[in-house]
Order: sequence, then structure tokens, then C-alpha cells
Amino acid sequence: MTRIVHHPILGSLNNRQKFSFVFNGQELEAYENETIAAALLANGIRTLRHHEESGSPRGFYCNIGHCMECRLTVNEQANVRACLTTVKPNMAVQSGKQHPNIVKRMVEENE
Amino acid sequence: MSEILIIGAGPAGLSGAIACAQHGLKVTIIDEFIKPGGRLLGQLHQEPSGEWWNGMKEAEKLINETKTLPIDIRCGVSVYNIERHDADWYVYTNEGVFESPYVLIATGAAEYAIPVPGWTLPGVMSIGASQVMTNVHRVQVGKKGIIIGANVLAFAILNELQMAGINIERVVLPAESPISKKESNPEEVLKILTEAGHLAPSALLRNGSKLMKIDSLRRMALKYFPKGGMKINGTPLQLKKAAIEIVGNEKVEGVKLATIDSQGNIISGTEKLYEADFVCIAGGLYPLAELAAVAGCPFKYIPQLGGHVPIHSKNMETPIPGMFVAGNITGIESGKIAMAQGTVAGLAIAMASQSNAKIDEQLQQALQKVEEVRTKSPIQFIPEIAEGRLAMERVWEKESNRGELERVIF
Ligand SMILES: Cc1cc2nc3c(=O)[nH]c(=O)nc-3n(C[C@H](O)[C@H](O)[C@H](O)COP(=O)(O)OP(=O)(O)OC[C@H]3O[C@@H](n4cnc5c(N)ncnc54)[C@H](O)[C@@H]3O)c2cc1C
Ligand code: FES
Repeated sequence: MTRIVHHPILGSLNNRQKFSFVFNGQELEAYENETIAAALLANGIRTLRHHEESGSPRGFYCNIGHCMECRLTVNEQANVRACLTTVKPNMAVQSGKQHPNIVKRMVEENE
Repeated sequence: MSEILIIGAGPAGLSGAIACAQHGLKVTIIDEFIKPGGRLLGQLHQEPSGEWWNGMKEAEKLINETKTLPIDIRCGVSVYNIERHDADWYVYTNEGVFESPYVLIATGAAEYAIPVPGWTLPGVMSIGASQVMTNVHRVQVGKKGIIIGANVLAFAILNELQMAGINIERVVLPAESPISKKESNPEEVLKILTEAGHLAPSALLRNGSKLMKIDSLRRMALKYFPKGGMKINGTPLQLKKAAIEIVGNEKVEGVKLATIDSQGNIISGTEKLYEADFVCIAGGLYPLAELAAVAGCPFKYIPQLGGHVPIHSKNMETPIPGMFVAGNITGIESGKIAMAQGTVAGLAIAMASQSNAKIDEQLQQALQKVEEVRTKSPIQFIPEIAEGRLAMERVWEKESNRGELERVIF
């Protein structure tokens, strides 16, 4: 998605420091003082994770820390909210994946 | 150790900090967002006077003021528990435990969700999320959007999205479900919008709002409500369309809409798919009050305040010793009112720690200011808010009488 550089009331955003960070192994560009969620969206990425149980794709929902839908692994720390965390140079961000559910599969196979 | 710990650096928390720091108290403010300002940061609306309410600038003013006082603001810190032992509060965060004899909980509001089938798809977000992405982070949320839910916040933010050059194709209602009630009933929605006064989404509703308060006229207006919707700065408000499903493979691709009657009943055979790459759900606001509950504060359900709120006095104290509340945690109102309430709370805390006539005088003035700002407020999320405030005053009276009684008995 494009960034809103010029705004009729809020003014223009210029001279912001740029750097790179890594999302699922891919190098992406971010601006200083923005959240991981904003940087990813600016790179056209809406899917932050896949649900642990169902595997369904998920993005940010509330964008202010209330819903936990945007949780990611950041520099090996799990369950970090992308909408509340400032992206940093060289940060390693990883999305959550569907977990294997052995018990559920066993039950399904026996049905 | 600080003498007062404030949870939330929104307009209420910042104003509270300034008021008590001006009386020499050492303050620490904790906030989990990346910068201070709370929900002020995304706000941008034009007042009836033509002046802009630029929340980002208002937040800057408050933050600059805190810099001249003994106030320490810690961002990126989340509070998850709070307990009282002896005369002190212990506030548990991801960065350790903070201790303080007084706490002010100013955690603001959260948005009610309206689950619509498909709402977990990437690209579906709350209306507030789109405000923050647009005005705070300055990233476009998409190219073609649909807003589900027609309320004051939705129209304020619709205007902000349009200002930033983001295309909203239409505003529709959520289909009726056990969770969405009034939000799915065109008659109820029209009633709320006509009471929104200055913020009503179009000149027609604003000017016609007196007339529209008459039930029969409102019904007639709905009967003749244009099929394609009423244009709001280019975006049609379709009160007779309801979203029944958000569809897409890995992300939002469109929304299935159906035509509804004035009561919100779906007219079968009218379903049609409309393309979109993002969807905003506007379910309204409620007080974000979990921390007060965890601390053991009693609550009262007052719908005119937005839901369950911690019991509190006009001075913003709670029945729990050393615990104060201010801002949207006490009822859903605009940023200006949250600021005025924060000042009251800050002065009440200053009074509690060093009672004197000068502070009391300021406190009385601050109380008056809250009423003044409320009466003049161009934005009112809940039309019956004043009744809600009165209801809480009565609850507090009862509560304090019971407290007296308990002290007499035991
Ligand atoms: C999404 C959204 C959009 C809004 N838009 C408008 C608008 O356009 N116009 C308008 O007039 N009003 C708007 N409001 C209403 C808004 O609540 C008030 O205008 C005002 O900002 C309330 O001020 P406050 O200080 O009570 O809370 P807030 O401004 O919400 O500030 C509360 C602060 O507390 C922090 N916090 C909460 N819980 C914790 C925790 N556990 N640990 C650490 N920090 C925490 C939050 O990060 C936040 O910064 C909006 C509200 C929301 C939720
Ligand atoms: S999007 Fe809701 S917590 Fe981050």
C-alpha cells in the first residue's frame, strides 16, 4: 500500500530515516518510529500470521493493542503485538503458523 | 518510586499528570502505545466554528507541558495486573513492577466488534484501526473500502479517510445477528444519526434533525430513502443494505450485501457481491475498564455511559482507597471532555495527598469546566450521556452512604 506523504491538514512527511528489517526471511523497507504492522502494510503485506488451530490467515484488526490478532515472533520473542511495537533496523520478524494437532487428527481418523 | 502512577497517556492521563505535578507531586505515566497521546493522535475533525480539532497537535501541546514538570512518561509498557498491599499499589507490567500510593487509571475506550461471517480475513479492521493507520502511521489501508456500521465515529473517520485520499465505496449496516441489535435496524440508526447534531453525516440530517426527531416523519424518510443511498461527500450511506458476508480467499475481495426493510429484515433474493479490498467494522465504543475490575473496584452497568463502568465520584475517586479513574473509562465522550476530567482527577489526587484551600478552589473550577465542555461539545457519541453521568452520581451517593453505614456497624 502507498504511504500518505502529503495531507491537506496534517502536512507533509519528509526526511524520515529509512532502514531494512526482515519478515519471514524477506528483506523489507521501514521508516523510523513506525510500528511493525504499519511497515508491513506499507509493503503490501496484510497477512501477519496463520491461526494456530484453523490455519486461517489473519491481519491486524484493532491496531491499538486490544485484540491480539497481530501477534508475531520478534527477534525470537513470541506473541509480540505488531501494532504496538516499533520496527527497528535488522529486526527479525516471523509470522505464526498453524500448529499440528495430533489429537484432533486421531479423533477425525477414528470417526 | 513516584507519588502517583498513571496508566494511559491519553488526554485524560496527560491532563491528570499535569494537574497534580503542578502541585509538586512526582508522576510516572505508563502507556503501551509507541508514543504518548492515546486516541487523540488520530483525531481530526472540523468544529462548527470552522476550526480544526487536530488531535496530533493537541497531544503535542500536552506532552510539551509535561516536559516542564516532574513527569516521567514510559511508552511501550503494558500493564496486566494491579494489586494493593498495605498503603501501596503494585502495578505489574512487561517491564517489571511499579509501586505507588496513588493510581489513576485512564485506559480510555475500546471498540465493540460486530462479527460478520468472514471478518477474520486480512483486510478487515475496526474503523478506529483505519483512523490510526491513516492519521498516525500515514499508510493507506487500501484502495476500495466498505464501512459496515453507521454511527458517529464511522462518519468522523469516513471524513478522515476521504481527506487522506482513500476511497470508501459505501457505508452499510451489519446484517441482523444476536450481537448486532440496534446497529442492524435502519430506523434506530437514523434516530441515532439525527441526534448526532453537528456531526450528522450530511446537511440534510443536520438541518432536518429537529423534524426527524418526530417518529412518523422519520419512518417516512426511511420509506423514501434513496435506493442507491444518500451521498456523504461522495460516499453513499445505504441504510437499506446489510452486509451478510465478507468474502475472499487469503484476504478481503468483496462483501455480500442484501437489501433490508426498515426493521432490518433481509429481503431474500437481493444478495449481491460488491468488490472491496478492505472493510472497516464500526461497532461503537465501550469503556476499557478491565484493570479497575482486576483491582477489585465495583462496577455499574450504565448503557448511557457506554457499558460497564467503575463506580466513581464526580471527583473521579473510586471506592477503592488510592484509586482514581478519568476519561473514557468512566463513559464514552470526546477528547476534550477526557482532558477536563483528567484535570479533575489530578487535582483530586493533589487534594488527597495535601489538602488545601487553593487546590480545592481549582478543583471546583475544574469540575465546572467539565460541565461546560460537555454542554458545548460538538461531538457526542451517546446522546443521553448527561443522564448517564447523573445515574453514576446517584450510584456513588448510595455507595458512600453504605460505606458510612458499614463504618458505623463495624
Ligand atoms: C479507536 C478509537 C477512535 C476514536 N476516535 C475519536 C475521534 O475521532 N474523536 C473523538 O472525539 N473521540 C474519539 N475516540 C474517543 C476517545 O476515547 C476520546 O476522544 C479520548 O481519546 C479518550 O481519552 P482517554 O485519555 O480516556 O483515553 P485514550 O485516549 O484512549 O488513552 C488511553 C491510553 O491508555 C493506554 N492503555 C490502555 N490500556 C493500557 C494498559 N493495560 N497498559 C498500558 N497502557 C494502556 C492506551 O495505549 C492509550 O494510549 C476514539 C476512541 C477509540 C478507541
Ligand atoms: S491489531 Fe489488535 S492487538 Fe494488534
